[in-house]
Amino acid sequence: MLQTASAAAAVDPMAIRRFTVGRIRRETRDTVTLELHPVDGLGLPFAPGQFTMLYPFGAGEVPISISGDAARPETLVHTVRAVGAATRAICALRPGEMLGVRGPFGRGWPVVEAEGSDVLVAAGGIGLAPLRPALYALLAGRERYGSITLLYGARTPTDLLYTRELERWRGRFDLDVEVTVDRGDGGWHGNVGVVTRLMDRARFDPAHTVALMCGPEIMMRFTVRELERVGVTDDRVYLSMERNMRCGVGLCGHCQFGSRFVCLDGPVFRYDEVRPAIGIQEL
Amino acid sequence: MMSTDPMTLELAGQPFLRGLSPSHLAELAACATVISFPAGQHIFREGDPAASFFILRRGRVALQLDVPGRGVTTIQTVGEGDVLGWSWLFPPYRWQFDATAMDLTRAVALDADCLRRTMEADHELGYLLMRRFAQTISDRLQATRLQMLDVYGHASNR
Amino acid sequence: MDRDALDGAARVLTGGELDALFTALTDRGLTVVGPMVRDGAVVYDRLASACELPEGWSDEQGPGHYRVHHTGGPARFGYTVGPHSWKQFLFPPERRLWRAERAGAGFQVLAEDGETPRYAFVGVRACEFAAIAIQDRVFLGGRYVDPDYRARRERVFLVAVNCGQAGATCFCASVGTGPRVTAGYDLLLSELLEGERHDFLIEAGSERGREVLDTLPTRPAGPADHAAAERATARAAEQLGRTVELEGLKDLLQRSHDSPRWDDVAARCLTCGNCTQVCPTCFCTSVEDTTDLSGTTAERVRRWDSCFSVDFSYLHGGSVRRSGKARYRQWLTHKFAGWVDQFGTTGCVGCGRCVTWCPAGIDITAELAALRAEGVPPGEGVEDDVDGSHDA
Repeated sequence: MLQTASAAAAVDPMAIRRFTVGRIRRETRDTVTLELHPVDGLGLPFAPGQFTMLYPFGAGEVPISISGDAARPETLVHTVRAVGAATRAICALRPGEMLGVRGPFGRGWPVVEAEGSDVLVAAGGIGLAPLRPALYALLAGRERYGSITLLYGARTPTDLLYTRELERWRGRFDLDVEVTVDRGDGGWHGNVGVVTRLMDRARFDPAHTVALMCGPEIMMRFTVRELERVGVTDDRVYLSMERNMRCGVGLCGHCQFGSRFVCLDGPVFRYDEVRPAIGIQEL
Repeated sequence: MMSTDPMTLELAGQPFLRGLSPSHLAELAACATVISFPAGQHIFREGDPAASFFILRRGRVALQLDVPGRGVTTIQTVGEGDVLGWSWLFPPYRWQFDATAMDLTRAVALDADCLRRTMEADHELGYLLMRRFAQTISDRLQATRLQMLDVYGHASNR
Repeated sequence: MDRDALDGAARVLTGGELDALFTALTDRGLTVVGPMVRDGAVVYDRLASACELPEGWSDEQGPGHYRVHHTGGPARFGYTVGPHSWKQFLFPPERRLWRAERAGAGFQVLAEDGETPRYAFVGVRACEFAAIAIQDRVFLGGRYVDPDYRARRERVFLVAVNCGQAGATCFCASVGTGPRVTAGYDLLLSELLEGERHDFLIEAGSERGREVLDTLPTRPAGPADHAAAERATARAAEQLGRTVELEGLKDLLQRSHDSPRWDDVAARCLTCGNCTQVCPTCFCTSVEDTTDLSGTTAERVRRWDSCFSVDFSYLHGGSVRRSGKARYRQWLTHKFAGWVDQFGTTGCVGCGRCVTWCPAGIDITAELAALRAEGVPPGEGVEDDVDGSHDA
């Protein structure tokens, strides 16, 4: 019996909604940003930091953080890096083709809790994608925050995401943006070095700062150390974690991290809550 | 009595030297000059005698290595408040990389010979400076290790 | 419904009339599943009648050891639990979630329709009731619910049976799940085998159960019948040989990540995952998306999975839990500690299946006792002399 799954989605968390691919922007050699439009016409309201499960026809399903603007839920935006069969299939989609979507799932960034504080956003590599919705939300409510700083590190200049947007952000007077790469190339005249070194130049009051981090786990551990060195305690630092996910709704067991389900209790966690667990090898 | 000479005051304002007493600062001031490099100028080259120790007052400097087949590669950039180089501390007192000014760069340059003699003569000052250098070298080592791990790369791309 | 209220309502069914129960269940459109002997084990499968029950069979279990014997006699439930649990009926090992078909540049999704099976489980032990209750919390108690589990669970008719003997690997009493069935059943049987008699004390635990019970050829139960049932379960309780000390266990496990005991068990564990397959509460699944050869029809199938599989925790080119040690630690810690944080109870019901069906004979009761006995909290060394000799 032919029936669309969207009505069933409300009661069945494994049922997918179909989205059509609109604009595609190639960010780097292996990363694209897709704008997706729901076939059923109902938007996908989400909180910055949440993720969806994306299904390219027949090729598998992967959890990807939403990278668009939460104030525009009628278009679903995802930045995807091709690292496996499913993500390669997503990155090969053409406009007009379809993608299955489940979600949004998970706990997002503390955009509201951070009001009244300075905000430091530290992103590494593709980690800028889950943080972009947070930046949009912070900028939309700009007057409610103190200083807002973005520190962004990538491997090489060609691995930087959202370069045009970065330039626009750098032009703003109410936002500090510092970018660095691990290895420069001939044409790069910016910083070379790890993202943690950028903190020396950032202007924020450690006693009143909330830090949001996303990137490779090692980069996040080093960043927390630097933050603590300057006086930002780990109960004001948030990170977005990743684990293998098969359902996204806390039923398949794969994403467990200690007692936590990354899909339900995260992916955004406050660092002091997960610090002991992060220190355990192969948890 | 505290010296009010401009160089001592200049050194007193440097974060790297924060906490040193006025008399210690005066000892260092005797080795110090202020020096400027226009954008693009080489500050020193790999293999050159390490004759000075620099504290950057403004501007950015690229630390580079010439890698055969890859050309001149920037391995790190340093900026305002950072110190440049510690090869002058240990024999053979030769720079281990190139340094090029990326912007107009102004630095306090301390003569390496003068600084080594001063630290030998005044062990207390020597200890206080060594502690600061050790911190800097440790930070750079940590940062370098992190860069070396190539954390952004993906297993399939290695 | 407590015992006193039901005392007057308890009935006795003779052994020979047990099939009347089966008939009553099938007349109501239920598919009866229960124990039978097949392939050298007591397994759960469709039963056409009471004759298919393992009459006269018993089992012998130990770490990595399982045998069934035909000892003769009329007992229909003279064994404990085998490799199957009831989870395969409420939470099937393989289930297609939906199909999709290419349509132009996109695709259509075809939802699965099909009747939800209506099962009657005959012979559910106390530990298995606890396991079903635990899986109810997992699949129905969270933010997201499994609709297929819910549909099957709502329809299932539960006929419990009190154990009259304990298996060598059982430890239900020490985890508080048995040997007596206390709640959650529609009907409860206690097999009474003393001298020449072979009867079943039968009690209703629900309206549905009472309605079925009223149709069976029973006589009222008297104090002697109740006493015989008590003696049977007391015998089972006495035979329990293994124990797990739950007190402080969660904290112990959550402090023991660096314990050398994990290396010890890892040297024996094959990471075969048998334990997770036979465990009645393990619920991990994976999802497989496939297409047919032409690439026009795709389907998504959910399958049981095991945290012991090496790519269970696969991420970015490698697994987070690469070593067998980490995977064993994950399973045991989740079962006795993580589960409490996640679902409010321990995940183990003391059925002993993981002990019996482990090819290496790993006994979790022994492993937990060993962890407890270690004493020294991780991270604290033992003081030594400068020259390395250790004065005891």
